[in-house]
Amino acid sequence: MGFNNLVKTFICSILLLVTAPAFASSSEGEKVDVNEMIMHHIKDAHEWHIMGPDHGEGAVVVYLPIILLDGGFKFFSSSELYHGKSIDITNEAGETEHYLANEELGYGIFHEKIYKLNEAGLLDFEHGHVTNPKPLDLSITKNVVALLVSALLLFFLLKAAASSYKKSNGVPKGVARFIEPIVIFVRDDIAKANIGEEKYKKYMPFLLTAFFFIWINNLMGLIPIIPGGANLTGNISFTLVMASFTLILTLISGNKHYWGHIFATPGVPKALLPIMIPVELIGIFTKPFALMIRLFANITAGHIIILSLVGIIFTFQSSAWGFLSVPMALFISVLELLVAFLQAFIFTMLSALFIGAAVAEHH
Amino acid sequence: MTGLAAVGAGIAVLGAGLGIGRIGGSAMDAIARQPEATSKIQTAMIISAALIEGVALFGVVVGLLQG
Repeated sequence: MGFNNLVKTFICSILLLVTAPAFASSSEGEKVDVNEMIMHHIKDAHEWHIMGPDHGEGAVVVYLPIILLDGGFKFFSSSELYHGKSIDITNEAGETEHYLANEELGYGIFHEKIYKLNEAGLLDFEHGHVTNPKPLDLSITKNVVALLVSALLLFFLLKAAASSYKKSNGVPKGVARFIEPIVIFVRDDIAKANIGEEKYKKYMPFLLTAFFFIWINNLMGLIPIIPGGANLTGNISFTLVMASFTLILTLISGNKHYWGHIFATPGVPKALLPIMIPVELIGIFTKPFALMIRLFANITAGHIIILSLVGIIFTFQSSAWGFLSVPMALFISVLELLVAFLQAFIFTMLSALFIGAAVAEHH
Repeated sequence: MTGLAAVGAGIAVLGAGLGIGRIGGSAMDAIARQPEATSKIQTAMIISAALIEGVALFGVVVGLLQG
Protein backbone atom coordinates (compact mmCIF):
# COMPACT_ATOMS: atom_id res chain seq x y z
CA MET A 1 0.00 0.00 0.00
CA GLY A 2 1.57 3.25 -1.12
CA PHE A 3 1.65 6.50 0.78
CA ASN A 4 -1.18 7.88 -1.33
CA ASN A 5 -3.51 5.03 -0.45
CA LEU A 6 -2.62 5.40 3.21
CA VAL A 7 -3.58 9.07 3.11
CA LYS A 8 -6.84 8.26 1.33
CA THR A 9 -7.74 5.57 3.85
CA PHE A 10 -6.95 7.93 6.70
CA ILE A 11 -9.07 10.75 5.29
CA CYS A 12 -12.00 8.41 4.61
CA SER A 13 -11.95 6.96 8.11
CA ILE A 14 -11.76 10.41 9.71
CA LEU A 15 -14.69 11.50 7.54
CA LEU A 16 -16.76 8.55 8.69
CA LEU A 17 -15.76 8.86 12.34
CA VAL A 18 -16.67 12.51 12.67
CA THR A 19 -20.04 12.06 11.00
CA ALA A 20 -21.25 9.77 13.76
CA PRO A 21 -20.92 11.97 16.90
CA ALA A 22 -23.13 14.67 15.40
CA PHE A 23 -26.02 12.22 15.59
CA ALA A 24 -25.31 10.56 18.90
CA SER A 25 -26.74 13.59 20.62
CA SER A 26 -29.65 12.06 22.41
CA SER A 27 -29.25 10.24 25.69
CA GLU A 28 -29.44 6.46 25.54
CA GLY A 29 -32.80 4.83 24.92
CA GLU A 30 -34.44 8.06 23.89
CA LYS A 31 -35.66 8.07 20.30
CA VAL A 32 -33.89 10.49 17.97
CA ASP A 33 -36.09 12.64 15.78
CA VAL A 34 -34.11 12.23 12.55
CA ASN A 35 -36.44 14.50 10.62
CA GLU A 36 -35.99 17.36 13.05
CA MET A 37 -32.23 16.81 13.16
CA ILE A 38 -32.00 17.06 9.36
CA MET A 39 -34.16 20.18 9.18
CA HIS A 40 -32.09 21.73 11.97
CA HIS A 41 -28.93 21.10 9.97
CA ILE A 42 -30.36 22.47 6.74
CA LYS A 43 -31.35 25.77 8.31
CA ASP A 44 -29.22 28.63 9.51
CA ALA A 45 -28.61 29.01 13.27
CA HIS A 46 -27.28 31.50 15.80
CA GLU A 47 -25.01 28.81 17.28
CA TRP A 48 -22.71 26.18 15.87
CA HIS A 49 -23.56 22.82 17.33
CA ILE A 50 -20.60 20.43 17.26
CA MET A 51 -21.63 17.42 19.33
CA GLY A 52 -23.45 16.26 22.41
CA PRO A 53 -27.03 17.06 23.37
CA ASP A 54 -28.61 20.25 22.08
CA HIS A 55 -27.98 22.24 25.25
CA GLY A 56 -26.93 21.30 28.74
CA GLU A 57 -24.30 18.94 30.05
CA GLY A 58 -21.86 17.53 27.52
CA ALA A 59 -22.97 19.83 24.72
CA VAL A 60 -20.15 21.21 22.60
CA VAL A 61 -21.53 24.35 21.03
CA VAL A 62 -19.94 27.50 19.63
CA TYR A 63 -22.19 30.41 20.52
CA LEU A 64 -22.11 33.12 17.88
CA PRO A 65 -22.62 36.84 18.47
CA ILE A 66 -26.06 38.34 17.98
CA ILE A 67 -26.35 41.81 16.51
CA LEU A 68 -29.78 43.43 16.54
CA LEU A 69 -30.85 46.77 15.12
CA ASP A 70 -33.68 47.76 17.43
CA GLY A 71 -33.49 51.48 18.22
CA GLY A 72 -29.70 51.31 18.18
CA PHE A 73 -27.38 48.36 17.84
CA LYS A 74 -27.43 45.63 20.48
CA PHE A 75 -24.69 43.05 20.86
CA PHE A 76 -24.80 39.94 22.99
CA SER A 77 -23.84 36.28 22.83
CA SER A 78 -26.43 33.81 21.60
CA SER A 79 -25.76 31.70 24.72
CA GLU A 80 -27.84 34.22 26.68
CA LEU A 81 -30.83 33.39 24.51
CA TYR A 82 -30.19 29.66 24.27
CA HIS A 83 -29.79 29.43 28.03
CA GLY A 84 -32.92 31.50 28.60
CA LYS A 85 -36.18 30.27 30.05
CA SER A 86 -37.76 27.47 28.01
CA ILE A 87 -41.51 27.93 27.54
CA ASP A 88 -43.69 25.20 26.04
CA ILE A 89 -46.46 25.98 23.59
CA THR A 90 -48.92 23.83 21.66
CA ASN A 91 -48.96 24.44 17.92
CA GLU A 92 -51.88 24.07 15.54
CA ALA A 93 -51.18 20.38 14.90
CA GLY A 94 -51.40 19.75 18.64
CA GLU A 95 -47.68 19.09 19.08
CA THR A 96 -45.71 20.62 21.91
CA GLU A 97 -42.95 23.00 20.88
CA HIS A 98 -40.89 25.36 22.96
CA TYR A 99 -39.29 28.74 22.60
CA LEU A 100 -36.53 30.34 24.63
CA ALA A 101 -36.89 33.73 26.30
CA ASN A 102 -34.46 35.98 28.10
CA GLU A 103 -36.42 38.52 30.11
CA GLU A 104 -33.41 40.64 31.05
CA LEU A 105 -32.60 41.28 27.41
CA GLY A 106 -36.25 41.36 26.39
CA TYR A 107 -35.82 38.95 23.46
CA GLY A 108 -37.06 35.47 22.70
CA ILE A 109 -36.02 32.96 20.04
CA PHE A 110 -38.45 30.63 18.25
CA HIS A 111 -37.41 28.51 15.25
CA GLU A 112 -34.15 30.49 15.03
CA LYS A 113 -36.01 33.79 14.64
CA ILE A 114 -35.57 36.49 17.27
CA TYR A 115 -38.60 38.41 18.57
CA LYS A 116 -39.16 41.13 21.16
CA LEU A 117 -40.91 39.85 24.26
CA ASN A 118 -44.15 41.46 25.46
CA GLU A 119 -44.55 43.05 28.92
CA ALA A 120 -45.16 39.69 30.57
CA GLY A 121 -41.90 38.38 29.08
CA LEU A 122 -43.69 36.04 26.67
CA LEU A 123 -44.35 35.66 22.96
CA ASP A 124 -47.88 35.98 21.58
CA PHE A 125 -49.02 33.28 19.17
CA GLU A 126 -51.78 33.43 16.61
CA HIS A 127 -52.43 30.36 14.40
CA GLY A 128 -48.95 29.06 15.19
CA HIS A 129 -47.22 32.30 14.16
CA VAL A 130 -45.60 34.79 16.49
CA THR A 131 -47.18 38.24 16.40
CA ASN A 132 -44.47 40.00 18.42
CA PRO A 133 -42.37 42.64 16.60
CA LYS A 134 -39.12 41.41 15.09
CA PRO A 135 -35.94 43.49 15.41
CA LEU A 136 -33.67 43.63 12.35
CA ASP A 137 -31.36 40.65 12.81
CA LEU A 138 -27.82 41.32 11.57
CA SER A 139 -26.25 38.50 13.57
CA ILE A 140 -23.09 36.66 12.63
CA THR A 141 -24.95 33.38 12.09
CA LYS A 142 -23.53 29.96 11.21
CA ASN A 143 -23.80 30.66 7.49
CA VAL A 144 -22.13 34.05 7.84
CA VAL A 145 -19.20 32.46 9.69
CA ALA A 146 -18.93 29.77 7.01
CA LEU A 147 -19.00 32.45 4.32
CA LEU A 148 -16.26 34.48 5.99
CA VAL A 149 -14.09 31.41 6.55
CA SER A 150 -14.31 30.28 2.94
CA ALA A 151 -13.79 33.82 1.65
CA LEU A 152 -10.60 34.11 3.73
CA LEU A 153 -9.46 30.65 2.65
CA LEU A 154 -10.04 31.51 -0.98
CA PHE A 155 -8.28 34.85 -0.59
CA PHE A 156 -5.11 33.31 0.85
CA LEU A 157 -5.15 30.42 -1.62
CA LEU A 158 -5.47 32.66 -4.68
CA LYS A 159 -3.13 35.30 -3.26
CA ALA A 160 -0.46 32.63 -2.77
CA ALA A 161 -1.02 31.44 -6.33
CA ALA A 162 -0.81 34.96 -7.74
CA SER A 163 2.34 35.91 -5.85
CA SER A 164 4.11 32.70 -6.83
CA TYR A 165 4.07 33.87 -10.46
CA LYS A 166 6.07 36.97 -9.53
CA LYS A 167 8.79 34.97 -7.80
CA SER A 168 9.18 32.41 -10.56
CA ASN A 169 8.84 34.67 -13.63
CA GLY A 170 5.50 33.34 -14.80
CA VAL A 171 6.11 29.65 -14.15
CA PRO A 172 3.40 28.17 -11.90
CA LYS A 173 4.83 26.94 -8.58
CA GLY A 174 3.20 25.38 -5.54
CA VAL A 175 -0.53 26.07 -5.21
CA ALA A 176 -0.56 27.84 -8.59
CA ARG A 177 -0.05 24.47 -10.23
CA PHE A 178 -3.43 23.47 -8.88
CA ILE A 179 -5.18 26.77 -9.58
CA GLU A 180 -3.87 27.44 -13.08
CA PRO A 181 -5.57 24.53 -14.93
CA ILE A 182 -8.90 25.50 -13.34
CA VAL A 183 -8.53 29.15 -14.32
CA ILE A 184 -7.65 28.10 -17.87
CA PHE A 185 -10.62 25.73 -17.89
CA VAL A 186 -12.95 28.58 -16.88
CA ARG A 187 -11.37 30.87 -19.46
CA ASP A 188 -11.35 28.51 -22.44
CA ASP A 189 -14.33 26.22 -21.88
CA ILE A 190 -16.69 28.62 -20.13
CA ALA A 191 -15.88 32.24 -20.98
CA LYS A 192 -14.44 32.00 -24.49
CA ALA A 193 -16.88 29.30 -25.58
CA ASN A 194 -19.99 31.22 -24.51
CA ILE A 195 -19.13 34.91 -24.60
CA GLY A 196 -16.70 34.97 -27.51
CA GLU A 197 -13.03 35.77 -28.07
CA GLU A 198 -13.44 39.56 -28.20
CA LYS A 199 -15.55 40.27 -25.16
CA TYR A 200 -14.83 37.52 -22.66
CA LYS A 201 -12.06 39.37 -20.77
CA LYS A 202 -14.35 41.87 -19.06
CA TYR A 203 -16.41 39.06 -17.46
CA MET A 204 -13.56 36.82 -16.32
CA PRO A 205 -13.31 38.34 -12.80
CA PHE A 206 -16.99 37.63 -12.12
CA LEU A 207 -16.96 34.15 -13.63
CA LEU A 208 -13.80 33.10 -11.76
CA THR A 209 -15.10 34.52 -8.49
CA ALA A 210 -18.46 32.81 -8.87
CA PHE A 211 -16.85 29.51 -9.81
CA PHE A 212 -14.28 29.37 -7.01
CA PHE A 213 -16.63 30.76 -4.39
CA ILE A 214 -19.45 28.33 -5.10
CA TRP A 215 -17.04 25.43 -5.42
CA ILE A 216 -15.23 26.06 -2.15
CA ASN A 217 -18.50 26.61 -0.31
CA ASN A 218 -19.93 23.38 -1.72
CA LEU A 219 -16.83 21.51 -0.58
CA MET A 220 -16.79 23.15 2.86
CA GLY A 221 -20.40 22.10 3.27
CA LEU A 222 -19.36 18.46 2.87
CA ILE A 223 -16.86 18.59 5.75
CA PRO A 224 -18.86 17.37 8.75
CA ILE A 225 -17.15 19.43 11.47
CA ILE A 226 -16.52 23.09 12.13
CA PRO A 227 -15.67 25.22 10.11
CA GLY A 228 -17.31 23.05 7.45
CA GLY A 229 -20.75 21.56 7.48
CA ALA A 230 -22.78 24.73 7.17
CA ASN A 231 -25.37 24.47 4.44
CA LEU A 232 -24.32 27.76 2.85
CA THR A 233 -24.76 27.07 -0.87
CA GLY A 234 -28.00 25.32 0.10
CA ASN A 235 -29.30 28.58 1.53
CA ILE A 236 -31.77 30.35 -0.72
CA SER A 237 -30.59 33.83 0.33
CA PHE A 238 -27.03 33.02 -0.68
CA THR A 239 -28.03 31.66 -4.08
CA LEU A 240 -30.41 34.61 -4.53
CA VAL A 241 -27.52 37.05 -4.20
CA MET A 242 -25.28 35.01 -6.51
CA ALA A 243 -28.01 34.81 -9.16
CA SER A 244 -28.76 38.55 -8.76
CA PHE A 245 -25.17 39.32 -9.74
CA THR A 246 -25.71 37.38 -12.97
CA LEU A 247 -29.00 39.20 -13.58
CA ILE A 248 -27.47 42.65 -13.03
CA LEU A 249 -24.43 41.82 -15.16
CA THR A 250 -26.66 40.55 -17.99
CA LEU A 251 -28.86 43.65 -17.86
CA ILE A 252 -26.05 46.22 -17.82
CA SER A 253 -24.09 44.50 -20.57
CA GLY A 254 -27.10 43.92 -22.85
CA ASN A 255 -26.60 45.60 -26.24
CA LYS A 256 -29.22 46.85 -28.70
CA HIS A 257 -29.70 43.40 -30.24
CA TYR A 258 -30.51 41.97 -26.81
CA TRP A 259 -33.09 44.65 -26.01
CA GLY A 260 -34.35 44.52 -29.58
CA HIS A 261 -35.13 40.85 -29.10
CA ILE A 262 -37.15 41.66 -26.02
CA PHE A 263 -39.14 44.70 -27.13
CA ALA A 264 -39.38 44.03 -30.86
CA THR A 265 -38.74 40.35 -31.38
CA PRO A 266 -37.69 39.95 -35.04
CA GLY A 267 -40.10 38.01 -37.22
CA VAL A 268 -43.06 38.40 -34.88
CA PRO A 269 -46.18 40.20 -36.23
CA LYS A 270 -46.91 43.56 -34.55
CA ALA A 271 -50.27 42.30 -33.26
CA LEU A 272 -48.57 39.62 -31.18
CA LEU A 273 -46.14 42.01 -29.47
CA PRO A 274 -48.46 42.73 -26.50
CA ILE A 275 -48.16 39.02 -25.68
CA MET A 276 -44.51 38.61 -26.59
CA ILE A 277 -43.13 41.56 -24.61
CA PRO A 278 -44.45 40.40 -21.20
CA VAL A 279 -43.26 36.86 -21.96
CA GLU A 280 -39.78 38.12 -22.84
CA LEU A 281 -39.72 40.36 -19.77
CA ILE A 282 -40.60 37.43 -17.52
CA GLY A 283 -37.91 35.44 -19.35
CA ILE A 284 -35.27 37.92 -18.12
CA PHE A 285 -36.07 36.97 -14.54
CA THR A 286 -36.78 33.24 -14.87
CA LYS A 287 -33.23 32.51 -16.04
CA PRO A 288 -31.50 33.76 -12.87
CA PHE A 289 -34.42 32.38 -10.84
CA ALA A 290 -33.67 28.91 -12.19
CA LEU A 291 -29.98 29.44 -11.35
CA MET A 292 -30.98 30.27 -7.80
CA ILE A 293 -33.27 27.25 -7.37
CA ARG A 294 -30.86 24.83 -9.07
CA LEU A 295 -27.93 25.51 -6.75
CA PHE A 296 -30.13 25.69 -3.65
CA ALA A 297 -32.04 22.49 -4.34
CA ASN A 298 -29.03 20.45 -5.47
CA ILE A 299 -26.92 21.20 -2.42
CA THR A 300 -29.80 20.96 0.04
CA ALA A 301 -30.89 17.64 -1.46
CA GLY A 302 -27.33 16.32 -1.17
CA HIS A 303 -27.14 17.27 2.51
CA ILE A 304 -30.56 15.72 3.21
CA ILE A 305 -29.64 12.44 1.47
CA ILE A 306 -26.35 12.02 3.37
CA LEU A 307 -27.99 12.83 6.71
CA SER A 308 -30.97 10.55 6.02
CA LEU A 309 -28.67 7.64 5.18
CA VAL A 310 -26.74 8.02 8.42
CA GLY A 311 -30.06 8.65 10.15
CA ILE A 312 -31.22 5.11 9.20
CA ILE A 313 -29.13 3.81 12.12
CA PHE A 314 -31.04 6.04 14.53
CA THR A 315 -34.44 5.42 12.99
CA PHE A 316 -34.06 1.64 13.42
CA GLN A 317 -32.11 2.01 16.68
CA SER A 318 -29.56 -0.62 15.74
CA SER A 319 -25.88 -0.23 14.96
CA ALA A 320 -26.12 -3.23 12.58
CA TRP A 321 -27.76 -0.88 10.08
CA GLY A 322 -24.42 0.90 10.00
CA PHE A 323 -23.13 -1.79 7.63
CA LEU A 324 -25.71 -0.57 5.12
CA SER A 325 -25.93 3.12 5.89
CA VAL A 326 -22.22 3.97 6.25
CA PRO A 327 -21.12 2.62 2.83
CA MET A 328 -24.18 4.26 1.25
CA ALA A 329 -23.39 7.57 2.97
CA LEU A 330 -19.78 7.28 1.80
CA PHE A 331 -20.94 6.62 -1.75
CA ILE A 332 -23.24 9.65 -1.75
CA SER A 333 -20.50 11.77 -0.12
CA VAL A 334 -18.13 10.91 -2.95
CA LEU A 335 -20.90 11.60 -5.46
CA GLU A 336 -21.43 14.96 -3.77
CA LEU A 337 -17.77 15.83 -4.41
CA LEU A 338 -18.61 15.55 -8.10
CA VAL A 339 -21.88 17.48 -7.65
CA ALA A 340 -19.98 20.24 -5.79
CA PHE A 341 -17.80 20.78 -8.85
CA LEU A 342 -20.60 20.26 -11.34
CA GLN A 343 -22.92 22.81 -9.75
CA ALA A 344 -20.17 25.44 -9.59
CA PHE A 345 -19.46 24.67 -13.26
CA ILE A 346 -23.12 24.83 -14.29
CA PHE A 347 -23.71 28.10 -12.47
CA THR A 348 -20.69 29.72 -14.11
CA MET A 349 -21.46 28.16 -17.48
CA LEU A 350 -25.08 29.35 -17.54
CA SER A 351 -24.06 32.81 -16.29
CA ALA A 352 -21.59 33.00 -19.18
CA LEU A 353 -24.30 31.77 -21.56
CA PHE A 354 -26.75 34.49 -20.44
CA ILE A 355 -24.07 37.18 -20.64
CA GLY A 356 -22.99 35.81 -24.01
CA ALA A 357 -26.56 36.10 -25.33
CA ALA A 358 -26.71 39.70 -24.08
CA VAL A 359 -23.50 40.80 -25.81
CA ALA A 360 -23.83 38.78 -29.03
CA GLU A 361 -23.58 41.01 -32.12
CA HIS A 362 -25.74 39.23 -34.71
CA HIS A 363 -27.53 35.92 -35.06
CA MET B 1 -51.96 16.51 1.30
CA THR B 2 -48.35 15.68 2.18
CA GLY B 3 -48.66 12.40 0.34
CA LEU B 4 -49.94 14.15 -2.79
CA ALA B 5 -46.92 16.48 -2.83
CA ALA B 6 -44.64 13.45 -2.65
CA VAL B 7 -46.45 11.82 -5.58
CA GLY B 8 -46.06 15.06 -7.54
CA ALA B 9 -42.34 15.19 -6.81
CA GLY B 10 -42.08 11.57 -7.93
CA ILE B 11 -43.77 12.32 -11.25
CA ALA B 12 -41.43 15.30 -11.76
CA VAL B 13 -38.46 12.99 -11.19
CA LEU B 14 -39.91 10.52 -13.69
CA GLY B 15 -40.02 13.20 -16.37
CA ALA B 16 -36.53 14.42 -15.59
CA GLY B 17 -35.19 10.87 -15.62
CA LEU B 18 -36.68 10.26 -19.07
CA GLY B 19 -35.31 13.56 -20.35
CA ILE B 20 -31.80 13.19 -19.00
CA GLY B 21 -31.74 9.55 -20.11
CA ARG B 22 -32.54 10.59 -23.66
CA ILE B 23 -29.86 13.29 -23.59
CA GLY B 24 -27.28 10.83 -22.26
CA GLY B 25 -28.22 8.23 -24.87
CA SER B 26 -28.06 10.68 -27.75
CA ALA B 27 -24.75 12.06 -26.50
CA MET B 28 -23.32 8.52 -26.42
CA ASP B 29 -24.48 7.97 -30.00
CA ALA B 30 -22.95 11.26 -31.08
CA ILE B 31 -19.64 10.56 -29.33
CA ALA B 32 -19.49 7.10 -30.91
CA ARG B 33 -19.94 8.66 -34.35
CA GLN B 34 -17.57 11.56 -33.82
CA PRO B 35 -15.12 10.86 -31.00
CA GLU B 36 -13.11 13.97 -31.87
CA ALA B 37 -16.05 16.20 -30.87
CA THR B 38 -16.37 14.60 -27.42
CA SER B 39 -15.67 17.71 -25.35
CA LYS B 40 -18.14 19.87 -27.25
CA ILE B 41 -20.84 17.21 -27.02
CA GLN B 42 -20.20 16.78 -23.32
CA THR B 43 -20.58 20.51 -22.65
CA ALA B 44 -23.84 20.69 -24.57
CA MET B 45 -25.03 17.53 -22.80
CA ILE B 46 -24.32 18.95 -19.35
CA ILE B 47 -26.10 22.22 -20.13
CA SER B 48 -29.25 20.49 -21.37
CA ALA B 49 -29.17 18.04 -18.47
CA ALA B 50 -28.88 20.97 -16.03
CA LEU B 51 -31.85 22.74 -17.61
CA ILE B 52 -34.03 19.64 -17.30
CA GLU B 53 -32.79 18.93 -13.81
CA GLY B 54 -33.75 22.48 -12.85
CA VAL B 55 -37.37 21.75 -13.72
CA ALA B 56 -37.29 18.52 -11.70
CA LEU B 57 -35.86 20.40 -8.74
CA PHE B 58 -38.83 22.76 -8.80
CA GLY B 59 -40.86 19.63 -8.12
CA VAL B 60 -38.56 18.65 -5.27
CA VAL B 61 -38.80 22.13 -3.75
CA VAL B 62 -42.60 22.05 -3.90
CA GLY B 63 -42.48 18.64 -2.23
CA LEU B 64 -40.25 20.04 0.52
CA LEU B 65 -42.49 23.05 1.08
CA GLN B 66 -45.63 20.92 1.28
CA GLY B 67 -44.01 18.28 3.46
